[in-house]
Parts: sequence; C-alpha cells; structure tokens
Amino acid sequence: MNLWRIIKPPFWDRGEAAPGTSHHQFDYRRIWKLAVILTGGVSLLPLIVITVVNYTAMQRAIESEFQLRAVRIVSNNRRAISFFLTERKAALDFIVHDNSLEDLKNPERLANILADLGRSFGGGFVDLGVIDASGHQVNYVGPYRLEGKDYSGQEWFEQVAEYGVHVSDVFLGFRKVPHMVIAVKGGTDVDSFYVLRAALSIRPFESLLSNLELSGEGDAFLINREGVLQTPSRHYGDVLGELPLPLPKYTPQTQLMEERNAAGEELLIGYRYIEEGPFILMVVKKKKELMKPWDRVRLELIVFLLVSATVILTVILGMSTYMVRRIQVADEKRVATLHQVEYANKMASIGRLAASVAHEINNPLAVINEKAGLLQDLFKLKKQYEHDERLLGLVDSVVASVDRAGTITKRLLNFARNLEAEVEEVRIEEVIEQVLGFIGKEAELRDIDIRLEVPEDFPPFECDRGKLQQIFLNIINNAFAAVEDGGHLNIRVEKKKPDFVVAIFEDDGCGIPEEDLARIFEPFYSTKTGQGGTGLGLSITYGLVQEIGGHIQVKSQVGKGTRFKVYIPTRAVGKEERV
Amino acid sequence: MRVLLVDDEAELVEALAERLSLRGIDADWAVTSKDALGKLDTQEYDVALLDVKMPKLSGIELKREMEKRAPGMKFIFLTGHGSEADFRAGTAEAGVDYYLVKPVGIDELLKKMKEIVGEGGDRHG
Repeated sequence: MNLWRIIKPPFWDRGEAAPGTSHHQFDYRRIWKLAVILTGGVSLLPLIVITVVNYTAMQRAIESEFQLRAVRIVSNNRRAISFFLTERKAALDFIVHDNSLEDLKNPERLANILADLGRSFGGGFVDLGVIDASGHQVNYVGPYRLEGKDYSGQEWFEQVAEYGVHVSDVFLGFRKVPHMVIAVKGGTDVDSFYVLRAALSIRPFESLLSNLELSGEGDAFLINREGVLQTPSRHYGDVLGELPLPLPKYTPQTQLMEERNAAGEELLIGYRYIEEGPFILMVVKKKKELMKPWDRVRLELIVFLLVSATVILTVILGMSTYMVRRIQVADEKRVATLHQVEYANKMASIGRLAASVAHEINNPLAVINEKAGLLQDLFKLKKQYEHDERLLGLVDSVVASVDRAGTITKRLLNFARNLEAEVEEVRIEEVIEQVLGFIGKEAELRDIDIRLEVPEDFPPFECDRGKLQQIFLNIINNAFAAVEDGGHLNIRVEKKKPDFVVAIFEDDGCGIPEEDLARIFEPFYSTKTGQGGTGLGLSITYGLVQEIGGHIQVKSQVGKGTRFKVYIPTRAVGKEERV
Repeated sequence: MRVLLVDDEAELVEALAERLSLRGIDADWAVTSKDALGKLDTQEYDVALLDVKMPKLSGIELKREMEKRAPGMKFIFLTGHGSEADFRAGTAEAGVDYYLVKPVGIDELLKKMKEIVGEGGDRHG
C-alpha cells in the first residue's frame, strides 16, 4: 500500500466533477490506467516470454547434460564390471580345460594355479576349490579350512551341474566375509563331472566404484536383483544391507529414473542390469546438488528480469503520470477558461436583463410618482381636502412606496451597470455597501449580523468596480451559506503594503475542512453539490481576483469559521498585463 | 422660469407640468422630438427636461438640435436609466449631477432646475 502511495499520480484522488459538468473533462484515471497497462503490457510481455523460454531451455539443457553424463558413467562402469566377470569366468574355464581332474585334485598344483591367477589378475581370487559330482569338496587352497565341505543340494551347485557356470551374488557364507563365487563345470560325463569353484573378494568392485568421481553427492554401487547392496555405498547403507530405494525395472540398456529418497530429495538414478552376473549397477546423484550451477544461472535470469521490469515500469509510470498530468493541466485550464467566459456571458446577460427590467419599471413608476404627487398637491391646495388626514396619508403612502420601489430598481441598475464597468476610481466602502444593499435583505431575514469597518477617509483607488463587486458578492454569498441564522459576518478593510488594500471577510460559520481548503478554488469543486452549488463560485472569484492583479487567501477552522483575505492592488493592472 | 418637458410618456409630462405650474413655474410639454422642436419656434425656455430614450431622436440628439436653435438653454436628463452606453453618453453630455433617474421627487427636481439656471434665474419674470 505504501508503494501505491508513491506511484499514485496526483490526480488519482481528484473528486468527481460537479454533476452535469464532467463531460467537459477527461477521465484522467482511465487515461492513466490505459497508458500504464498498454505500454506496460507491450513492453513487459515480450520480456517475460523471452525470459521464460530462455529459462526453460537452459534448464532443459543443463538437465540433459547431467543425464548424459550419468548414462556415460553407468555404461562405462558396466563394461568394466562385465569384463571383470567375463575375464575370470574365462580364466576358470581355461583351467578346467587345461587340467584334468587328477591334476586339480593335487593340492600343490591347485595352489600353483591360485598363485598364478593372483599374479595374472591382480587381487580378487581368494581361494580355489574342486568339488566332485557328489558335492564334496575334494581339494581346496585358500585361507580358510573348507576341505571336505559338502555342497550337494545347494542351489548354486545344481545350477553349475545343469548350466556349466554359476556367478553368485555377494554373501557371507561360512567365512563371514562378504565375497562372491564363480564356479565352472569340468569334465564331460554326467556322473563324473567336477566343479572348479573360486571365491572372489569384492574389493576390486569396491575400489572401482569408490574411486569414481561423482558430482552431486553421487554414489555408485552394485545391488543384486533382490535389492541387496553388493558393495558398500556412501549414502544408502553398507554391503548386504537393504537398499532404501525402489528396485529398478529390468531393461537391457542403461536407463535413467527419477526418485525421491527418504528425506524427500529428488534423485537422478542411472542403472544397468549386468548380464554376466546377478548384479545391477546403480549411480545415484542428488538432483539438487547437480543443479547447483543452474541455480546461479537461474538467479541471474530472475535478477535480470526483475531489474528490467522495475526500470521499464518506473519509466512507464513516470511517463504516464507526466503525460496525463500535462493533459490534466491543459484540460483544466481549458475548462476553467470556458467557464470564466460562460460566467462572464451569463453575468452580462443578467446585467442587460436587469437594466431593461429596471428601465421598464421605472417609467410607469415615474408616472405613478407624478400622478400621486399631483394628487398630493391638489389635496394640499383645495381647502376641502386640506385637513383630510386619511386621504393625505393614503397619498403619502403611495409616494413613499414608489420611492422604495425606485430605490430597488436604482440599486439593480447600478449593479448591472457596474458589471460592464471598466477601470475607474472606486471607493471600496461604497462597493461593499452596494453589494450589501443588494443582498442585505437575506441577511435581514436570517438575522445575520453584518459589520463593516473601513477606516475613515480611506482613499479611493483605481480598480475594476464590476469585478470587485462580483468578488465581494461571491465571498459574502459564501459566508451567508456557511453561517447559521443569527450568525456574524465581519468585514474589515485595511491598507496593507503600499500598493495593496486588503478586504477581510470573517464569518463564524461551519468552516472548511483542511483537506478541502486546498481545492476550494478549483473549478467544479463543491461541497454543496446537490444543494444548488455548482462549484464555480470560488473558482470564478479566484479568477476575478487574479484578473485585477490581486490574490486571495483563506484560513478556516471547522466549526469556528472562515476568513477570506482579498488583496487588491491600488494601481489597476492594464488589460495587457492581466492573466 | 420657463420649462419644457419632453417625454414620450404623455401621462408623465402632463402631470409633471401641472405640478410645476402649481409651484409657479411655467411648464410646457411635448411627447415627440418634432413637437419639442416646434415649441422652440414660438417660445423661449430656460431649461428643458429630456427623456434619454425616445423614439426617432434620442434625448441626447434632441438636446444638440435644441442647443442649435436656442443657445444658452440648459438641459436636465430624466431617464429610466437604459443601458451602460446611455448612462455614459448622458452623463458625459449633461454632467453626472443633471442626469436623473426616474422616479424623481418634485422637490429634488425643482432644486436641480434652480441650480442649473442660477438661483432665482427667472429671466421672464
């Protein structure tokens, strides 16, 4: 709301013009709103659209790059793991083909083979065992004491017997150390076959996967097809633990999927089923971490959008307010001028009408006057009526009434005549008295106490009598409207600066609220709307005071009264100098 | 003192003339400019009381005509006021003091007439 107070244009709270006059003026709010919405829309919309398109395009580009990278890591490592398994299977296969069962039953020979394997393949082979068709381990070399173990009936053994090869998943077994087993079948006979069984440490997998440099708090590990971890992971548990993520669906290719972990963080998971063993390779990255570089780009984009939008909006608001303000000033000037002219024309018409009415009435009044006068004369001359008080009284009353009517018409004529007056020497007291004479009847009826204080021998000065008269008439009328019946109006005239006379009108009426005070001289501003006020009185007064080269001040307190001070120059301004 | 009253309102001049007569002033009257000028041929007047607004010739024009025929004659305008232009022309021609607005009391009128011709100025008396 505070922001609105800053950007709100000065004409926003302008009240509606007086009824019936609004058609003269534009709706500034509407023009301003239209200007702001149109220019704002036209300039901001493309900016927003471009930024949003750019935003999504960049987001997609960055996302797909990470996906590609994840896929690449998974498939590279899958190849390494597959190769590792294939190589070892092939080595065992070679051994069973290259050696007879008798050779392999020889512990020395078997120990040599294990040593050779260790030399050729690096780490990995932990032990070697030879198991006959009945499932008994007939020879064993390795760190554990497993000679004579009976494997008959075990699933893997059956599998080797049937398919010739078995790759186990990782298990603890008798030795309580995680390991895996590769077993191949030797011999051709169904009854006299044997199995060469090698236990492999999972260390090579571990070092392969743990050495991977993975961004985004990445993790790479193997699981078996039941979702049990086959190598330790950084974030999802140790070896042989249950993976707290859903098991990925089988596909023959490297695949990506998106999941959430227990903490609700988004994960990007790349996986691959490894055909050579019961394993699934998984690379898991936190999306949030991955997208960190994107966050910076995104922030830059948003800041750019906000800064541009703010600059554009500021310029648009400023420009719109400036333009509409210019329109408003011109429009109000035009309307005010129009109404000054209208008012002047109206007053001139009233003046002409009053003059002609007064003239037409004065003629018959004069006839009545003379006829009654003659009657009076005759009564006084004729002896028989000389003492008829009743008749004489009647005639006197006719003459007195004619005199009264004559005073009224003369006042009217004077007033009308002054409307057309030019600059002349005026006695300000006389002008005020004339105005009071003109509207004094109302004051009398409403018991308004009017006091006029003019210093004695106040010097006359040059001024436009007609305008002065209208100014005073308007202000006094205004005071009459403000005061209650029985109220007071004090009028004082003082000489102020050398070239100015100030006329002060002080009433004890209802007063003008602070917020209205600044606007009472605006055209159409009226608090009496609907009660016959046009909102023109004081604006016209203001215009007239300016025209005679003076100025007007107003002070008011609600409930206490109002004071108008009219400063009148004592040297009339020439027509060419008038505003 | 001999006075000529000119006004297109016959009722007015008739009554006024009679009232003036009652006060010992010789008063003639006319309701048209033509009449008024005709009167000048046969009679001399000290002062003429003219209405400003009259058909054909206005009071001001009539005054000028009469001045030509009777130099030295004085004039007082009596008017229902009329327009600002009439007021200006009338006061310029006769002076503000002798431009009277109807209705005027008989005493004021007498005073003004005496003033303008010079006190007691009854040349024919």
